Amino acid sequence: MLLTVVIFLPVVIAGVLLAARGLGARAAIGLWVAASAVDLALVGWMWWRFEPGEGASGVVDGLAYEADLQWIPTVDAGYHVGVDGLSLPLLALTGVLFLACAIYSLREPDRPRTYAALFLFLQTACLGTFASLDLILFFVFFDLTIVGMYFVIAGWGHGNARRSALKFFLYTFIGSLALLVGFIGLFLGSDERTFDMVALAANPPLADSPVAGGLVLLAIGLGLAVKTPLFPFHTWLPDAHTDAPAAGSAVLAGILLKLGTYGFVRIAMPILPEAWQRWAMVAVVVGVISVLWGAFVALAQTDVKRMIAYTSVNHMGYVLLGLGAAGLVASADEGARTVATVGAMYQMVSHGLLTGALFLLSGVLWSRGHTYAFDRWGGLARPAPVFAGCLALAAFGSLGLPGFSGFIAEFQIFTGALQATPVATVIAVVGILVTAGLFLVALQRLLTGDPVDPVVPAEADADGTGERPAPDRTDGHTVTATRPEVSARVVDLRGHEVASIVPLLVLALVLGLLPRIVLDVLEPAAMAVVELVAR
Amino acid sequence: MTGMSGGGERVLALLPELLLLLGAVGGLLLGLWTPQHRQRRVRLLVTAACLASAVAAAVALPEPAERVFEDTWVVDTTTGVVRIVVALGVAALVWLASASFAGHPRETEAYVLMLLGGLGAVALAASGDLLLLVAAYLLASVPLYALAGFAKDSAGVEAAMKYYLMGAFVGVLMLVGVAALVLATGTTGYSDLAVLLPGASPGLLAVGILGVLAGVGFKAGAVPVHFWVPDVTAGTTPPMAAYLTTIPKIGAVAAAFRLLAEPFADVPLDVPLLVALIAATSMTLGNLAAFHQTDVLRLLAYSTVSQVGYLFMVVAVAARTDLAVPALAIYLAGYAVTNVGAFAAVAAAPVARTITDWATAVGRHRSLVVSLVVCLLGLVGTPPTAVFVGKLAVFAAAWDGGLAWLVVVAAINTVASLFYYLRWIAPAFAGVPVAPATGEGEPGSGPRTAAGTAQRIQRGPVVVLHAAAVLSVLLGVGAGVWLAAATSAS
Repeated sequence: MLLTVVIFLPVVIAGVLLAARGLGARAAIGLWVAASAVDLALVGWMWWRFEPGEGASGVVDGLAYEADLQWIPTVDAGYHVGVDGLSLPLLALTGVLFLACAIYSLREPDRPRTYAALFLFLQTACLGTFASLDLILFFVFFDLTIVGMYFVIAGWGHGNARRSALKFFLYTFIGSLALLVGFIGLFLGSDERTFDMVALAANPPLADSPVAGGLVLLAIGLGLAVKTPLFPFHTWLPDAHTDAPAAGSAVLAGILLKLGTYGFVRIAMPILPEAWQRWAMVAVVVGVISVLWGAFVALAQTDVKRMIAYTSVNHMGYVLLGLGAAGLVASADEGARTVATVGAMYQMVSHGLLTGALFLLSGVLWSRGHTYAFDRWGGLARPAPVFAGCLALAAFGSLGLPGFSGFIAEFQIFTGALQATPVATVIAVVGILVTAGLFLVALQRLLTGDPVDPVVPAEADADGTGERPAPDRTDGHTVTATRPEVSARVVDLRGHEVASIVPLLVLALVLGLLPRIVLDVLEPAAMAVVELVAR
Repeated sequence: MTGMSGGGERVLALLPELLLLLGAVGGLLLGLWTPQHRQRRVRLLVTAACLASAVAAAVALPEPAERVFEDTWVVDTTTGVVRIVVALGVAALVWLASASFAGHPRETEAYVLMLLGGLGAVALAASGDLLLLVAAYLLASVPLYALAGFAKDSAGVEAAMKYYLMGAFVGVLMLVGVAALVLATGTTGYSDLAVLLPGASPGLLAVGILGVLAGVGFKAGAVPVHFWVPDVTAGTTPPMAAYLTTIPKIGAVAAAFRLLAEPFADVPLDVPLLVALIAATSMTLGNLAAFHQTDVLRLLAYSTVSQVGYLFMVVAVAARTDLAVPALAIYLAGYAVTNVGAFAAVAAAPVARTITDWATAVGRHRSLVVSLVVCLLGLVGTPPTAVFVGKLAVFAAAWDGGLAWLVVVAAINTVASLFYYLRWIAPAFAGVPVAPATGEGEPGSGPRTAAGTAQRIQRGPVVVLHAAAVLSVLLGVGAGVWLAAATSAS
């Protein structure tokens, strides 16, 4: 019951927001913040009361806050939700990130009531996906996230938003239908004809038909790979991110990408263990290609937001590397495979926090200068020290500096995967070097050097200094003389921006220094997954 | 087979149909004695008859399946579902049409014809005999010819003409098919045909099956006899377009389902494959043709062609899986609700013919856009709407029936269909009309209603649209309840 309240509270508030026509802008956003805060508090309460259990626990047993109702009896699909060590950290991440987005959007000027309602709707869809223990219910929420995000991008995006939104919808919709086909395959292949994940994981379908199992895994893998996204299905991601509003990008990267990787852990691995073992090497290879592809393409970007978007491809590649390694039963012991799985799950949480912060910070850039281009920014450290500090922290965290959550995650993935696939792991480590390089270059371009006016194009800057009177002519150099005025245009982080971004960074830091908070919950579930895959 | 040759005592088994007939006759008589401006009472009578018929059908649903009147009329789950959906659909469409018919000189006749067409659709679904099938085909066609050209303008007359010629031609094909089957077996009852057809000569069998399927395919608007759908839909008024693309289709799909499940189940030809091919081409051609439509009615017309493709998936596996009947039950209901809703959106702004016009016309009615989005995404099959549950059930049934390739084709087509629905959703949602594409007609070319109703949003259709959107979601979320009620007989 508590879980159901957590899932549906946001959408109920969204309905209230839509119905209350007379509600003012600030009141609407205030209600949104309040609803998100209450929801997060409830998730926190659930975490507090959650018993992770000793040894392997989760997926098929040890489920808390369960609810199970019949929905479509002819195909045995139901409203079955529950929480275990896999879903709880992601539910908490969803609560945190949506609250951060709500606070960040406190001054949203454009149709704030609808905007808040859409995000609350999205929050319900995301929470529902993570809590689902029924394939059809999972699919329902999974699809609704696409619909919600489409309207966020199409309605509040900038640049070529309509086209990017369409691309996003079509790509991910293809993925979700592949997923649906795979789910129907699981249903028809199972002995008792059910869509219930717990029953399917306990008694895996298609165990004795490797071809059918492989094809069903292909369909499911395809669907999740589009969402994750993995190379070569990632091409929707940079466009969608670039044109989405900052809060939309943060949710898209922080939560929606996790739906894909979470699907692998929750559905593909426990329900199709044999097929996953057989094709684990494919997951590893695709993961490593995504790592390298994401890193190198990000290096070549001239647009801050596109660069961050491509690093998401890189980070999700690590997750798949870890999950693939968990399936290589023959070449690694159980301990190593568990470490890899834990690392992959940890990476999901860590990436959600850090990339969420990075995208919100890039939204600050947009709000100040309406551009993400590297060459239109520079020397931000002087006029905007708080922004610079936050960006530096987020970037260092994202490149995997020890002390941040990203390090814990990537370290465990590499440790766990090294035994199973030494070559792939070593290649993937190269990705870390490249991301380190690209984040440092990005910091250098944005924060150091001479301040650049983002609004006036660079060439106009060179000869257009006479447009405005230089206040300080004592040094006799017009270009330097204009600097104070130019940089005055860039305002440092405002209160609500600080209040939304800093907590994310603090959490990333806490999870980097005190990883046991999450590991205590994650490890039993990861062990359960590894045991189920090894069947 | 109960073999009720006496028949008299089982007249009550046809109570839902009798109520529809009574409503039609009573409405006609009442209309004769009612002044022009008071014809609202005919509408009330017709609606009451529809609701009573639906209630009677719902009461009869849990009873075991039976065949009455010398096995010609089958009362089972499929019939029961069609009875309810058609009766409620006609009731909703009467109110949808009332906005453009109110005060019309032939208002009563329109409602009566709608009721008779609905009766024809139910008869199609319930036919257990080839001759009754032909009669039902005529009953589900003739009133519709009149309705298609009801506005008496040039586009309407052209639509009616096209519909009539095509219907007459396919009707002949169907009669040839029936004749061939009679020649092969000497009987017309489905139960006897099921026994005798497997031993019939393949040539006659092929002609017969093709002819009969052409007939039901025409009523359903399936490829390759779909040519009437876009022209008739775009030529007539939006409420009539909703009627023509909803009511007869439901009956025809159910008729095809029964044919595949009973007489054609064991024939030596691969009829399921033929139907699967019809399904695949319907959804594919319907989608491809819808891609570049800028006229909302034509877009919806092609969308109904593709929807019939999905419905025919379950027809193909009618005899092969237990999942087929529930899948048909939920998809038919979901399709009817959602399709009526989408056409109601057009009827709400009847002067706006193109997507751009429509988005401009509803500009400030945001709730209308929300309901349209629910209906259109419902047609795509976005959860948790009714069509999603229907698609899920249909996909599972088709795969279970050995047509996994068709499921893949259908999934790809679903993605493709999203594209053109979004072409309508995006400008409507954004509220700012997109730059008009080349090839669009003049704004407002082709007014379909009386001049006084132009340029404003009509209240009746808006109510139907909102109701359809809500019902579409409710039916999706409450699919279990509906299926439990519908399939309780078997």
